[in-house]
Amino acid sequence: MRFFEYESREIVKREGIPVTDFGFVTSADEAREVAERIGGPTVIKSQVLTGGRMKAGGVQFADTPEEAAKHAEDILKLEINGHMPRGVLVDPKAAVKQEYYAGVVWDGIRKKPVMLFSDMGGIDIEEVAEKHPDHVGRGHLSNLMDPPEFRAKEVIAQTGVTGRQLQRLTPILAQLARVFVKYDMTLAEINPLVELEDGTFVALDAHMDMENEARPRQKAILKDLGVGDEETREAREATPFEIAGEEVDAMDHRGVAGNVTEFDGNLGLVIGAGGGSLTLFDAVRKYGGEPANYCEIGGNPSVAKACGLAKLVLSKPGVDKIAVMMSIVSNTRVDIVARGVIKACLELGFDPAEKIAIFRIPGAWEDEGYKILEKYGVEYCDRSVSMHEAAKRAVEKIQGVAA
Amino acid sequence: MSILLNENTTFIVQGITGREAVNLTKECLEYGKGAKVVGGVTPGRKGREVHGVPVFDTVAQAVEHHGGPIDGSVVTVPPAFTKDAVFEAIENGIKLIVIVTERIPRADVAQMVELADRHGARIIGPNCLGAIVPDVIKMGGIGGPAKDAAKAYSPGFVGVMSRSGGMTTEISSTLTAAGLGQSTAVSIGGDAIIGSTYTELMPLFEADEETQAIVIYTEPGGRMEAELANWVTENNSRLPIVAFMAGKFMDEMPGMSFGHAGTIVEGKADTATEKIARLREAGIAVAEEIAEIPGLVKELVGEKVAS
Repeated sequence: MRFFEYESREIVKREGIPVTDFGFVTSADEAREVAERIGGPTVIKSQVLTGGRMKAGGVQFADTPEEAAKHAEDILKLEINGHMPRGVLVDPKAAVKQEYYAGVVWDGIRKKPVMLFSDMGGIDIEEVAEKHPDHVGRGHLSNLMDPPEFRAKEVIAQTGVTGRQLQRLTPILAQLARVFVKYDMTLAEINPLVELEDGTFVALDAHMDMENEARPRQKAILKDLGVGDEETREAREATPFEIAGEEVDAMDHRGVAGNVTEFDGNLGLVIGAGGGSLTLFDAVRKYGGEPANYCEIGGNPSVAKACGLAKLVLSKPGVDKIAVMMSIVSNTRVDIVARGVIKACLELGFDPAEKIAIFRIPGAWEDEGYKILEKYGVEYCDRSVSMHEAAKRAVEKIQGVAA
Repeated sequence: MSILLNENTTFIVQGITGREAVNLTKECLEYGKGAKVVGGVTPGRKGREVHGVPVFDTVAQAVEHHGGPIDGSVVTVPPAFTKDAVFEAIENGIKLIVIVTERIPRADVAQMVELADRHGARIIGPNCLGAIVPDVIKMGGIGGPAKDAAKAYSPGFVGVMSRSGGMTTEISSTLTAAGLGQSTAVSIGGDAIIGSTYTELMPLFEADEETQAIVIYTEPGGRMEAELANWVTENNSRLPIVAFMAGKFMDEMPGMSFGHAGTIVEGKADTATEKIARLREAGIAVAEEIAEIPGLVKELVGEKVAS
């Protein structure tokens, strides 16, 4: 999950990395107050979880508190890449002598965090790495020891930085690595990290991403920052349909019947498991089908949950039929899913034979499942029909090509 | 032969008294020649039995009861306790650890992997179903109950590796139906950081005389496929590889995760399109549909025999 800039800066601040005397506000009046307190030129920055805010006009400079208030008012109304800002950050305009980049990310191949440093800060690190590889230092960290200062020093020294700058930057990069580890981040970045004209070093911008799986054990910091459990901070906000899918999955603790994503097609999908859903969604599209949704069933959900998910999909406006398909199941029971989806049709007053375009779930308890499907006249197939063939059949039926 | 496991492999189940673990133990005992599940561990449950397998409080007690080193462990404890359980297994000399548990923060996984490396131990998973040597042994929930696993898996010369547990079985079943058996099938796990990547298992398949071809199931997200493409280019592997890529639709939806925790498009290199190009450049055949896999395997193995 992504943090806003003001949250990321708050995190580095509380861990002892120097920042400017910024203020996060949600109104023009508050922006004026912060600018008055700062007492000099300020920068007003939109707080959105998307890139490109500078280009979009989400960053403005102000010489007076009145100007700061005016910019804040404008920026608070400015949508950037479909995101409305959470608020604005009012920051003293810094007298910058030199910009640096400091970051820590995971290296999934080496399975270790890697520290990155550049003496060309303020721009995208990937661009620097491509055009000026000698200006980027790198160093991996052991997972079994506290990030050591010497490693940070080595990484900075790779770029040719020495003297007082090296001495002052080393503890900041090492501390950033400790922040990365302590808070289960997948990305911790200070860009730019600057040396001011007066010789002090401050983080002028910060970007942090926390791993979702770690949220249960990071409750304390999330609470301090005011991040609620319901805030998923996904690339886009959940739709009411997707939230209803979460509710279905939360009905009981048996298995999964959820992970719903909304699309705008007419073929409802009740599919699984993880890899099976990815394969089947592609398969439907390959044959010209238009899915109404993505979802995942797995881990042997209850009849009630399978039914709840099927009902949700069947009730979605524009859905003509559903396709119930999975890769071969070994834990989830075929008969339980069959019962669930038939029950959903009946409770909504639909004929299962009409509404279920195809049922393709082979595996555990399949004979029992197929018996139930036969009774209701639902078209089904076993493992001899591939996932792609089943998807194709569903598409043909919904397009009226096949009876 | 096979990789990782054989008919003499001994293992324990950590968290054996959990509902899923009880089923898994039964499945393993009943499959093939019957796995040697020599013990189980659940703190505070010493003295119980699960399908005839003795339960202990500690891994050390299980090792002592066995009277010698134990080869492997299937770890099924909740995410908050997994790291400690895996450390316990490693420190007690266990060399093959299958982690079934999902939703473990990657910092924990990385610590387990680094400790395992220092002890010469190997981790499969997390978020995986384990490994199977058809008709011989299975370690983990892979393939499900013995009779279902027997339906999908058959012995033969194809090595299978998959980021999805379910798709390991779907692909193996498709191979079996086409008369192609498997030497060993490994569910490697769906997380961003896993104990053994395709590339890390390739040398084992390479050294296994029975294996003549490799099939992999892949997804968007991460650099594992690029790593494999590099390895294939740099090492003159004798094994032809057929890959299947799921989740092509995700290329249009950067920043969103589908299917597995490790499956998210964060940069261009993570996309299905980019990965397919990299794999093909390295000479790896990429199937458009699962049903094409057996034909491609036969073609590539036939070419090798002919040349």
